[in-house]
Order: sequence, then C-alpha cells, then structure tokens
Amino acid sequence: MEFFLDAENVRFSYVNEAEEPPVRTEVLKDVTLRVKKGEFTAVLGHNGSGKSTLAKCFNAINLPDSGTVTVAGLRTDDENNLLPIRKSAGMVFQNPDNQIVATIVEEDVAFALENLGVEPSEIRRRVDEALKTVGMYKYRMHAPHKLSGGQKQRVAIAGILAMNPDCILLDEPTAMLDPRGRKEVMDTIKRLNREQGVTIVLITHYMEEAAQADRIVVIDGGELLLDGTPRKIFSQVETMKNLGLDVPQVTELAWRLRKAGYDIPEDIITEEECAEAIAALLKKGG
Amino acid sequence: MLKDITLGQFFPGDSPVHKLDPRIKLVLTVEFIVMLFAAKSMWGIGVGALFCLISFAMSKVPATLMVKSLKPIIPLILITSVLNLFFIKTGDTLWKWKILRITTEGRDTALFMVARIILLIIGSSLLTYTTSPIDLTDAIEHLLSPLKKIKVPVHELAMMMTIALRFIPTLIEETDKIMNAQKARGSELDTGSFKDKVRGMIPIFIPLFVSSFRRAEELATAMECRCYHGGEGRTRMKQLHTSYLDVIAMIYTTIFFAAIITLNIVIK
Repeated sequence: MEFFLDAENVRFSYVNEAEEPPVRTEVLKDVTLRVKKGEFTAVLGHNGSGKSTLAKCFNAINLPDSGTVTVAGLRTDDENNLLPIRKSAGMVFQNPDNQIVATIVEEDVAFALENLGVEPSEIRRRVDEALKTVGMYKYRMHAPHKLSGGQKQRVAIAGILAMNPDCILLDEPTAMLDPRGRKEVMDTIKRLNREQGVTIVLITHYMEEAAQADRIVVIDGGELLLDGTPRKIFSQVETMKNLGLDVPQVTELAWRLRKAGYDIPEDIITEEECAEAIAALLKKGG
Repeated sequence: MLKDITLGQFFPGDSPVHKLDPRIKLVLTVEFIVMLFAAKSMWGIGVGALFCLISFAMSKVPATLMVKSLKPIIPLILITSVLNLFFIKTGDTLWKWKILRITTEGRDTALFMVARIILLIIGSSLLTYTTSPIDLTDAIEHLLSPLKKIKVPVHELAMMMTIALRFIPTLIEETDKIMNAQKARGSELDTGSFKDKVRGMIPIFIPLFVSSFRRAEELATAMECRCYHGGEGRTRMKQLHTSYLDVIAMIYTTIFFAAIITLNIVIK
C-alpha cells in the first residue's frame, strides 16, 4: 500500500431520474489519480469539470460506476469500510453554513466523535485540541451564526480534525470567504499539512492558493489532463489559458514579458521570484 | 436587526435554578402544573403562587420578563374571566342588569381560574427562561428514551429539533437578503392592501424554500461525511449530571405539593 488515496480508472455518472427516459451525464471518464501520504495536492478545473465529484469518490459519498477507489488500502465499495474511510478522509465543503450541525461551536466539533461513539472525556480532550489547532478555542461557547465566514470554515475544519483524519479533502473551502477569511483558512491548511503531516486535497479556483501546493492536478471534462508541480503546470501558460484557467498574476506577468522579448524565466510562481527576475532584468538593461 | 433575535427566550445566568439538571427541571415543571390542577381552593393557589415567586426570585430572572411572558395570554385571561363571571348562575346575586347577572360563585371561580392560568404560564416560562434550547432538547431526548422500545424515533426527533434551532438564524438572515433583493427590483412589500402584501410574500417564500432544500441536501452530505449513522452507538460529549441542588429542588417542590394536598383535605 504505497498510495494513501488511489483512484483507478474511475468512471462516474449522475442519473437524472426525473427526465423520461432518465438522462445520464458522465462526469468522470476514466480518471486515475494517486496521492501519497502527507502530500498537498491542489485540484484545478472549472465548474462542472468533475473535480468535486472526484473528491466525493474519495470518501465513499459517491461510488464509481466502474474502476476502484481505495483509501488507506480500504475499498470504498465495501460497506463495512464506510466509517473507517470517512474517519480517515474527512471532507470540508464550500458553504460553512450548510455543514455546521449544532448551535454551539464546541458541540459541533464534537459531532463526528459523538457519532463514532467515543468516550465523553476523550471527546472533550480532542475537541479542545482541534479547536486550539485551528485557533478557535476562544470561541468554543459561541453560536456559529455569530462568527465570520473564515471562522465558521475553521470550525468546520476543526470538526473534521477532531476525528484525527490522515487526510482532509477540501471542496472550494475559500470560495465564499473574504480575503482575510481565505488567508486564515489557507494558513490553517498549510500548517496542518506541514506540522501534522495531514494529506491535503484542495479543490480551488484561486491560482495563488494552488501555487502553494506540492502538486497540481488539472481536470477538464471529466478527464485528468495535467499533473505536476505548480512550477511545471503554471509554466504552461498557453495550455492553461486554452483550458479556460488562469495562472497566478506574477506568472502571467512574466509570460507577457517573455512574449514581449524580455529574457525572464518561465517558471515564476511567487511574487518574490518575479520581483527578483525583474530586478535582474533592469540591472542588465541599465 | 433580524440577526439579533434570541433563540427561544433563554435568559443566561448562573443561579441555582439555571444550574439544575434540565431533566429534573422539566419533570418538576410538570409536577408544578399537576400541583396547580390539584389545588381545589384559593388557599392552594396561594401556595402555588408562593412556590412560583420563590423560584422566580432564586432564578434572578428580571420580574419584567415574568410580566412579559403573560402578554400573549391576555385575551385568554379575559375570555376565561368573562365566561366564568357571567355564566355561573349559582350563589348569591351581586349585580344584575337585564339578563346579565354576576354571582358570588361566578366571581370566585373567575378569580380562581385566572390565577391558575397566570401561575401556569409563569411557572412554565421559568423553565424556558432558565434552560437553553439545547439543554431542553437533550432533556427531552433523555426523558423520552424509554419510548425507543416501542419504536418512537426519539433520537431523530431530537436531532431535528437541534437542526431546526441551528438554522433559524441562518434562514432569517437569508429571508432578509431575499427581501432586500426583491425590494431592489422594485417589489413593494410594505404597502398596499392585505391581499397585495400576501401576494408580495410569494417571491420571498419560493426562493427561501428552494434554498432550504439545497441547504438540507448539503447538510445531509456533510453529516454523512462526519460519520453520522443515526442514534445507534452514539455518545454525547456533555453528560447531564444530577447534583445535590437537584435533590434540594425535588424536596422543595414535594413540600409544596404536600402542602396543597393537605389544604385540599383540611378545607372541605
């Protein structure tokens, strides 16, 4: 068992029973994706590309029509594996309002552990720990609707974290947040990955967020198109643009400068690198 | 402004009444109601009133709230007193005008009934003032749990109550947003006849319903992701504990109950 998440030749389609005859929409067409333990993978693709569907395959919410998905060596199509899989691969969704169950922050974080039948004293300990990890311990007695979007999303992450998962799947967790909330959530995710070795699969529309991952996977039309380090993916500016996706602003700037005939490296993904490259360029020119 | 509504009428505090185990508090409230119906004379009601006043004083809930809780039942109080006053024809006549007649017995019964209703409301609102909705839900789940044996979905009902409480503020906020959106498109919600106002609600309720269903579906998925599989094998982080306070409260209530029964026997 080398890979933590392993999807082999997965096909998945949604069936709309309301239509007559039922309409099948194939969302995933033969996707193979393997993720190593401790890896931080970002998944890019536009709406309807199948990226959320794929994420839901990894914690047995969706079962593939054909192909297999294993999580920590457990097959998702075996019903006995359901709870162990969901325990080790937790999922955080886009809208924090629709995933918080309880009326008090700490009660919500305890929800998953209560479902798993953990001892009350142990629940208490793990809830406090999870809340401290995401920096929400101060707010443990608050009502969720009085928190900001970023805080709510951190509570949702704590709710997953309390289960001590090996992997967290995040489905556009920052899409509904303001810049500050986005930063709070991204910092939390990166810290979990670095300090606790949690495997992260982050679905996102923000290229700056994807640039912080170890690996980027691009999905389009239900197929896995590109797979590689952020540097490798974002240096293919034209390919990305043809797919209707963006690259980080600094990468785009460097690309335009190159096109205009300046000698600037093509694998720039951070602001610092861009600033240095331009400074070097200016020095040479002057 | 819609955002600041409180859930239920919980008045947070640190008094002995707040600290009681919600299960015990619920049972004692029921006992208090039985006590009021057991009282057969104005003396008995007086004892009930004393019980109520002492409990309220101990809870440190402001007296204005006690009065506020009575507001919605003023019509009920009026109807009850009028009915009893004019329709009980036995006893000595006190006042007469055409067919209307008030008798001593009518007057006494009216006073008795009104006092009983007022105490009933004050007593039960003390429960909701001093117990958070979550504690109340927990208490109901615990107390009804024997019904699981006859296949009553007690856990599911309690879960539904919790989720309903959780989503009240969210849906209020959403209603607010939808109303503003419709106003921005020129719909007039506050003006016009009653019929116009009702018609104006339709473009608010339809989006609200649609979004509630979407929320429900997302919530269900999120709950599944967090290993929810019904009430079986579920534990709770917060355990309800009974303490010496609960024992004192039980003794205190029982003494008053005994006093009322004794009064019933003595005053015949």
